[in-house]
Amino acid sequence: MRTITGIGQYVPVDSPVHRLDPAAKIGIVTAFTVALFLVDGFRGLATMAAVVVLAVAVSRVPPRAAMRGLAAVGFIVSFTLLANALRWNPATVALLRLGPLAVDAAGLRTGIFFTVRIMLLVTGTSLLTLTTSPVALTGGIERALAPLARVRVPVGELAMTLTIALRFIPTTVEEADRIVTAQVSRGVSFDRGGPLARARAYAPVLVPLFYQLFRRADALATAMEARCYHGTEGRTRLHEHRMGPSDWAVLLLVSTALLAAGWAL
Amino acid sequence: MISFESVTYRYREGDPPALDDVTLRVEPGEIVAIVGANGSGKSTLALMCDGLLVPDEGRVMVDGLDSADAASTWEIRSRVGMVFQDPDDQIVGTVVEEDCAFGPENLGVPSAEIRQRVDDALGSVGLTGLERREPHLLSEGQKQRLAVAGALAMRPRYLVFDEPTAMLDPECRRSVMGIVERLGHEQGHGVLLVSHDAADVARVDRVIGLRQGRLIYGGAPGDLLADADLLASLGLALPPAGRLAAALRRLGCAVPVTALDAESVVAALWP
Amino acid sequence: MASRALEGVSLALEPGELGVGLGPTGSGKTTLLRAAAGLLAPTSGTVTVDDRPAAGRGSPRGAVGLVFQRPEAQFFAPSVEEDCAFGPRNLGRSTEEARADVRAALRAVRLDPDEFGSREPWGLSGGEARRAALAGVLAMRPRYLLLDEPTAGLDAAGRAAVLAAVDVVRAGAGLLVVTHDSDLFLGRADTVLILRAGRVAFSGGVAALLEELPALAAAGAAEPPEVVRAQMLARERGAMLGGRLELDPDAAAAALARAAGGGAS
Repeated sequence: MRTITGIGQYVPVDSPVHRLDPAAKIGIVTAFTVALFLVDGFRGLATMAAVVVLAVAVSRVPPRAAMRGLAAVGFIVSFTLLANALRWNPATVALLRLGPLAVDAAGLRTGIFFTVRIMLLVTGTSLLTLTTSPVALTGGIERALAPLARVRVPVGELAMTLTIALRFIPTTVEEADRIVTAQVSRGVSFDRGGPLARARAYAPVLVPLFYQLFRRADALATAMEARCYHGTEGRTRLHEHRMGPSDWAVLLLVSTALLAAGWAL
Repeated sequence: MISFESVTYRYREGDPPALDDVTLRVEPGEIVAIVGANGSGKSTLALMCDGLLVPDEGRVMVDGLDSADAASTWEIRSRVGMVFQDPDDQIVGTVVEEDCAFGPENLGVPSAEIRQRVDDALGSVGLTGLERREPHLLSEGQKQRLAVAGALAMRPRYLVFDEPTAMLDPECRRSVMGIVERLGHEQGHGVLLVSHDAADVARVDRVIGLRQGRLIYGGAPGDLLADADLLASLGLALPPAGRLAAALRRLGCAVPVTALDAESVVAALWP
Repeated sequence: MASRALEGVSLALEPGELGVGLGPTGSGKTTLLRAAAGLLAPTSGTVTVDDRPAAGRGSPRGAVGLVFQRPEAQFFAPSVEEDCAFGPRNLGRSTEEARADVRAALRAVRLDPDEFGSREPWGLSGGEARRAALAGVLAMRPRYLLLDEPTAGLDAAGRAAVLAAVDVVRAGAGLLVVTHDSDLFLGRADTVLILRAGRVAFSGGVAALLEELPALAAAGAAEPPEVVRAQMLARERGAMLGGRLELDPDAAAAALARAAGGGAS
């Protein structure tokens, strides 16, 4: 098993996008997502694509990094395309026939539309994690969701949970790797037998892993209390992000433009 | 001053006591070692210093504050810094400086002052320059030093180390022990060092020995090291240099009991 | 870009021999053990076990046992006996045979099978857990046993128990122990391998090692055991410490006392 070399895909270069307040970026990404689903034609989609390309350029993130997320959704994308494009014995004119299945022009168009939208969604939102460090991101989420605290949603605690989860992903992967290797050297085989046998082979990995995770959670809680953690009320921050006038300006202008474009096109 | 007054504690009703009528004191500027075999109550004692556990009988006082008093809890915890055995059980931040800042952030310290404290703490443990490093990319020794920095950032008066070097290789062990000594003797913290390693005993001011929750020794390191039976009952064994020193003493050479490394033994023979 | 974890390392180990691997953290010791266990395939060179390949087809199953650092993390069964039986059962042994192997293994690590067999692994103390995990591999009755830092973090009693187990196993198997605890194992070693940045800094018997130790220590390639270091320091101070360096504290004390002028009386 390869070990993850970092948390997320944060690419630490300097750019206007990087310098933009994380909460503003979250707001813009939300507006982008909504706009993307308001769009109902290829012209709108092309506009959104241009926006994404422009954003990637301004962010100085290598295009390859920006497109890495697409590999992860490859299956969903192909499935969407096929599910829309293929028809079963259609009555309408077909572009291609494969036995009982046929590729239908209208279906193909719909399939491409949905597929491109998914790809733009993935690329656009990944720009958020590419230009924002994990700790800034959770801080941004916390501030963006802060109004919900008024209706007793534990926003601060959720953000802390998220931070801790991010921090422990590489450590947990290493731990799992160690356990797998230990059990393999005790004669476990993960590539023998049918699916049921293989699933059962994972018990000696999952049980110790979960035990370690719970044990660690307990120990970590004690350590946090020792450092005076008692909830997120009254906590200050090493790096304080606050929305400045330029952040507000960018957020409002860009969001409005995106939503307007989405509505109109 | 941290003081334990006839402290008794049981983890569960009906269990034998983890700590049984323990009385002790630690002052700022001194390093006190707490030794004993596994299960002797050392870790329980450490947790009580910070109010993480509260006595069933007796009291634990930190600078006059009672650890059983809920109103004093956070004040006590800001004065007593804890460092545990496994650094991965303590590091919470996604990068070094964020983790170091965790304590001051909880205390509501203003942002600019947090920056200062973090820089000072990281400097104390030799991690300057690694502020943006992710914890899983640090070596075990660096992680443990980060844990120490995290405690220091709270500007505590006392530091409790619970077997801080158990998981480290000899080189890292020396580096962390060097930091522990410096914090106690040069920087004036009151240091409590929980250990099962006899080699640590030689460098401290006072030793407290626990056996099955009871205090069976409280005094100078030298007297403990000279008493083989007592060492054995505390589950300690002399390190190799200590055995060399003992063999030399049997041959009539004047080597002090506190000589537990090669340098001290040689220095005793060739002053 | 791949870096070399090991370069040009040769080693031979026979049943009944104790090999000790020394070197600073990151020198390649763990990689060496994994290669010996057949978990890693060398980029060049061969790893054979009893003249058969260590990994892949034709490799002898169960011939090599590997105990990792902090093996207590591998526990997953509700009782010590069941967990230790995992290895033997994976090798195809019957329940009765496995049980006998487990009981023998527990006795070898000084854990009474009647007392510890039915206990929950996670309820054991640090030293007991380490020994129980070791027993889990010993129960497989490997011809070669590889140990990675078996005494790390143990108190005096735990270390003594591990040493006792090593002596028991050595009667029938070949052992390779990678450790920082040279004081404990060096006196019993048949062959010593010192690694430094993936290369061999020393390979040979203990007598040869003691002769070369001053040179190795000066080059920073080896850290002598404290007893030996005392003798080396004495020589630096100009003491007339003739003959060879001694590992045993009593022999070393005699030599030092003579050089210091026979001691006071």
